[in-house]
Amino acid sequence: MAEKYTKRFDGRKMNETRPIVAKAGVIKNADGSAYFKIGDTIAYAAVYGPREVFPRFMQNPTKGILRVNYNMMAFSGPGERNRPGPNRRAKEISLVSEKALLPVLDLEKYPNTVIDVYIELPQTDAGSRCAGISAASIALADAGVEMKDMVPAVAVGMVGDTPVVDLSYHEEQPGDDMETVDIPIAMVPSTGEVTLLQMDGITNKDSILKVIELAKDACVVIAETQRAALREKYAGESK
Amino acid sequence: MSELKIGEREVVVPGQLLAVGMDFLPSHGTYRLGEQIIANRLGVSVVEGKVIKTIPLAGVYLPKRNDIVIGRVLDILSMGWRVELKSPYTGLIPIKDGTFEFIPRGADLSRYYSIGEYFVGKITNVSGQNLIDVSVKGQGLHKLRGGRFVKVNTNKVPRIIGKKGSMVSMIKQATDCKITVGQNGLIWLMGEPAMENLVVKTIKKIENESHISGLTNRIKEFLETATGKKLEAINEESGDNSNGSDDSNNQSKERDE
Repeated sequence: MAEKYTKRFDGRKMNETRPIVAKAGVIKNADGSAYFKIGDTIAYAAVYGPREVFPRFMQNPTKGILRVNYNMMAFSGPGERNRPGPNRRAKEISLVSEKALLPVLDLEKYPNTVIDVYIELPQTDAGSRCAGISAASIALADAGVEMKDMVPAVAVGMVGDTPVVDLSYHEEQPGDDMETVDIPIAMVPSTGEVTLLQMDGITNKDSILKVIELAKDACVVIAETQRAALREKYAGESK
Repeated sequence: MSELKIGEREVVVPGQLLAVGMDFLPSHGTYRLGEQIIANRLGVSVVEGKVIKTIPLAGVYLPKRNDIVIGRVLDILSMGWRVELKSPYTGLIPIKDGTFEFIPRGADLSRYYSIGEYFVGKITNVSGQNLIDVSVKGQGLHKLRGGRFVKVNTNKVPRIIGKKGSMVSMIKQATDCKITVGQNGLIWLMGEPAMENLVVKTIKKIENESHISGLTNRIKEFLETATGKKLEAINEESGDNSNGSDDSNNQSKERDE
């Protein structure tokens, strides 16, 4: 049987995220943009729009559409995985990120338009889709898009029998004697609605419910960091 | 008991709790969730009695009726001109609103406005599907010839115009340039080349420093050093809004410094 995971590699508490740095408005040409760093994972998000849809046949006269593109830069990973880039994995993550952000957006205000979100990761160390969603949510707010709330995201999981928040790349790798479970979660803090939930690994129902509660607490903290980033950019505007 | 959670003119971000209780009413940029009123866009809070709203700080230009805009002709159709307004939606100038001249049936419309030409127009109607009608028939509305254009953030336009046009008339007075500010964030100007450069610089300065208090005085000083002219103090009460922009609209957006 597995040994107990009692101390994390980087000395964090079990329910503590890696250090977060968030900034809004880092890309001048975009309508809204953000930088989100969590531990060694760095995500940039740029939002363009609402703008006209090309190709035209994609436009929807009842509401605007959201297009999310997730991309790990070629040099971003530790080099162990296949070369990152526009592959099947990226396509899937683009899709789930889009679905994670959609519930907070009121796109009926912008019929026949598109909001493009580009998420780029120059450096990755686990939790990249969560960093991407968190960055995208700041960028959308920075672009002035109407949204009900921020969308913070974080990965939670089990290392052995221990529930942990925000797994690092090292923790994500199953060891010889320890199973790991990785569950990226995005949520809407005001309602507690979960907009992204995926799972890698095998565990039981009780553990999942337990770590989801941990994720919710962490998400509330991340949401405040996101809002602080926006307030910092627009700090002087209140006068 | 209802409780207000924010102050007047405070930066609010999406998802921020603005007030709790049923004694307050949500207006633009806010929504109600149970007992709470929450911001749904990035902006500055405004509390008017019971009503809470936010003024946006970012975002694209969404056309509103009676806005004065600067646009560019994109295409010529059978019923008028398709125009670009620096917005997600294109506008249409119907033939009857194109010019005071009589346009005979089957006339070549490019004689009046050809593709790529710029104009000052007024939004006459915005439909639910965001079909936008523009008119170039009216006081202060015309085709633009020569000059140059500056693009600015549409949310900063009220600061560039100033109270009752005080800011823009100060720039005009200092540089002797003709300036027209469109609500959509496109600004047209024409004058001496050196002065044109100065106007562009001034506009960029206003755009970048609009949040730092004492803006009017700083811009006045900046223009005085650049031109060597002594500018008379702009009387904010009598300052005219000669660019023809929608007055009431600008003032409601204009904030105290």
